Amino acid sequence: MPVPTTVKSKKPPGAGLKVAKPASKKKDEEEGVDQGDGWDEWAQGKALIKPPDQLELTEEELKEEFTKILTANNPHAPQNIARYSFKERSYKPISSVDQMAVHFVLEGNLIHVDSEEARRQRARQDQTDEKPAAEAEAEPDEEIPENPVIEETSEIVDAAAAEDAEEAEVLGEEERPDSVEAQIGKKEQKVTNQFNFSERASQTLNNPLRERSCQTEPPPRCNFSATANQWVIYDAYLEELEKQEKNKDKQKTFSAKKEEDKLKKNKMVTETQSDDVTKVVKVVKIFERMVNQNTFDDIAQDFKYFEDASDEFREQEGTLLPLWKFQYDKAKRLSVTALCWNKSYQDLFAVGMGSYDFSKQGHGMLLLYTLKNSTCPEFVYPTSSGIMCLHIHDRLSHLVAVGFYDGCVAVFDLKAEEGGAAQPAFKSTAKAGKHTDPVWQVRWQNDDMDNNHNFYSISSDGRVVSWTLIKNELVFSDVIKLSLEGALPECLEVVEQPSVACGTSFDFHPKIDFLFLVGTEEGKIHKCSKAYSSQFLETYQAHNMAVDAVKWNQFHPKVFLSCSSDWTVKIWDHTIRTPMFTFDLNSAVGDVAWSPYSSTVFAAVTTDGKVHVFDLSINKYEAICQQPVVAKKKTKLTHIEFNPIHPIIVVGDDRGYVTCFKLSPNLRKKPKEKKGQEVPKGPEVEEAKMEKLLSLLREPDYNSV
Amino acid sequence: MSRIQGQKGVQGIIIVNAEGIPIKTTMDNSTTVQYAGLIHQLVMKARSTIRDVDPQNDLTFLRIRSKKNEIMIAPGKRTILLQTLLQRGLQ
Repeated sequence: MPVPTTVKSKKPPGAGLKVAKPASKKKDEEEGVDQGDGWDEWAQGKALIKPPDQLELTEEELKEEFTKILTANNPHAPQNIARYSFKERSYKPISSVDQMAVHFVLEGNLIHVDSEEARRQRARQDQTDEKPAAEAEAEPDEEIPENPVIEETSEIVDAAAAEDAEEAEVLGEEERPDSVEAQIGKKEQKVTNQFNFSERASQTLNNPLRERSCQTEPPPRCNFSATANQWVIYDAYLEELEKQEKNKDKQKTFSAKKEEDKLKKNKMVTETQSDDVTKVVKVVKIFERMVNQNTFDDIAQDFKYFEDASDEFREQEGTLLPLWKFQYDKAKRLSVTALCWNKSYQDLFAVGMGSYDFSKQGHGMLLLYTLKNSTCPEFVYPTSSGIMCLHIHDRLSHLVAVGFYDGCVAVFDLKAEEGGAAQPAFKSTAKAGKHTDPVWQVRWQNDDMDNNHNFYSISSDGRVVSWTLIKNELVFSDVIKLSLEGALPECLEVVEQPSVACGTSFDFHPKIDFLFLVGTEEGKIHKCSKAYSSQFLETYQAHNMAVDAVKWNQFHPKVFLSCSSDWTVKIWDHTIRTPMFTFDLNSAVGDVAWSPYSSTVFAAVTTDGKVHVFDLSINKYEAICQQPVVAKKKTKLTHIEFNPIHPIIVVGDDRGYVTCFKLSPNLRKKPKEKKGQEVPKGPEVEEAKMEKLLSLLREPDYNSV
Repeated sequence: MSRIQGQKGVQGIIIVNAEGIPIKTTMDNSTTVQYAGLIHQLVMKARSTIRDVDPQNDLTFLRIRSKKNEIMIAPGKRTILLQTLLQRGLQ
């Protein structure tokens, strides 16, 4: 843009120079050589190189003068241009021809300071960063001196001038990208600065791959073969399970039982020693039973299948078929003082051995027999004092409560020590309220509210005591103290006797929890309640001698049975003070028991060795079976118990024998038939479903009749 | 043991361990060995049969009645196999 202006301004001075004379020009040349020392030095670098074909001129020829005239006319300009003139309608030569010749044109990039464009440029550069702004400031400074240079170059068609212009051009070009770059940098800032940006990269060292291998010895091999049955696999699994459980246990108890380890080891040693014996014991037991089964095959058959055919020809009487006879050599001198069937294992019963001869008291023994092995008891517990009574817990059949002659009570746990040194699990001591006289009866009761097991005992010291099993102690509490005072106003004949009544037997009501009966040595029976310890609910003048047993009927809630050494057995309604029935057996009655299958059947044993079985529904006056069951006449029978399931009874005598009898059909079947006949008669009286209960509820009717 | 031996009709008792080697016997040597060897095989077979039918079951007793007498075998635990032979003349 500035080009046209510059060209115009050059023209007048250029024309002036051209007018100069050749002579002056020559002078100029000479002067330039002379004057320009500085020039010489500068020019020496550029030594004149003469082209090889340059003419060699002589001195004369060099001195020869040629006259050259510079004119303002352009030699190349056309001189005969004719143009059509519309005015004159003809071609006319143009006199004035443009004489201007252009030799060099350079477009500058410089702008005038005051120009509009320069202002805009400045404004732009101010917005960008400072550095370009500084450069922009320097630019206008350069503008001023440069202008004449450009003017010069354009004016003079000279080599040197051309060189200068070229230099300027280079300078201009150098500056140019700066501004352009600044503009780009402004627009795209993300572009890296290509002046101070350097890309750096480095490569880490790669770990060289290595391969290493070694060879081990091959594991030893052996061939194993076995046949795996189903049960082999099963056993293997079981063993594994046991191991795992043991490991768990060990981990649990490891910390706690470090100290006990030694003890354990000792135990282990003893265990391994005794292992042989204990493992054999079980097998031997099975074996003994099998041998017994062989030898007593006939009895076992009788027990299961034999029914006395002769019963059909007898009207009412039945018989007792003797089955097994139990005896134990070590207990030969003792008499049977207690019998009790196990409620959960019907073949098992407990026998208490002691003595009723009070001048010959000694040791005692607790034996447990099973019907499967009559030759030897299953469990033997020798005791220091004679056993007077025992009772097996109804549900926990491994707990046996025992009362001793010396007044102690104890509980044996059959599970705890099998064949070991037999010590009772619980035993009362003198401190813990033991009886001062023989304990005549013990009886388990339902668990108390804290689920502790408890039982009751009665002794001739006149106390009825409740014992509770708490942890490993027996805790006692007196339930009632039998005194004569309560009975005094009623019976004046016992005034001279001690003020304490001696209890000899008791029985708890099967349904009414708190009600129980106490038989005393004086022959009286007291009806007591657990709630009132001070007085009796009722007192019956039952017998003239000690009451040996009182038993509630298991079906009828009102009826109970008592027997005494005064030869009598009596049946009572507890609401009536006089007995319903009285049976005289002509001998002291040792024990009496209701049958579990009929409410009207009971059995009694007498000291003359007879067993009496009654069925009230058949005969109200005589026993339907009266059978001597002992070998020797002097042997006294002491106790009797019905098996809760099977139609058999066990009878104990004072020589230590226990005999098992089977009741013939007449003693158990007939009553049922009889009842069957009676049932149609009495349904209007009773709605109860149990026919046994039915038949018995009618008993008061019998009595009243 | 003595109680069993004391029973009438018992001719002899042999206790054999799990490997079939007699440990204790009340009979003479040759019969003991003979019985032990034969009965051991029989018991293992019988037991295997019972266990194969039901792995939870086990053989507890085996009695063999013959014309002349009876052999009763009571196998015990895995470790000790107790075989007791009872011979009894049949009436």
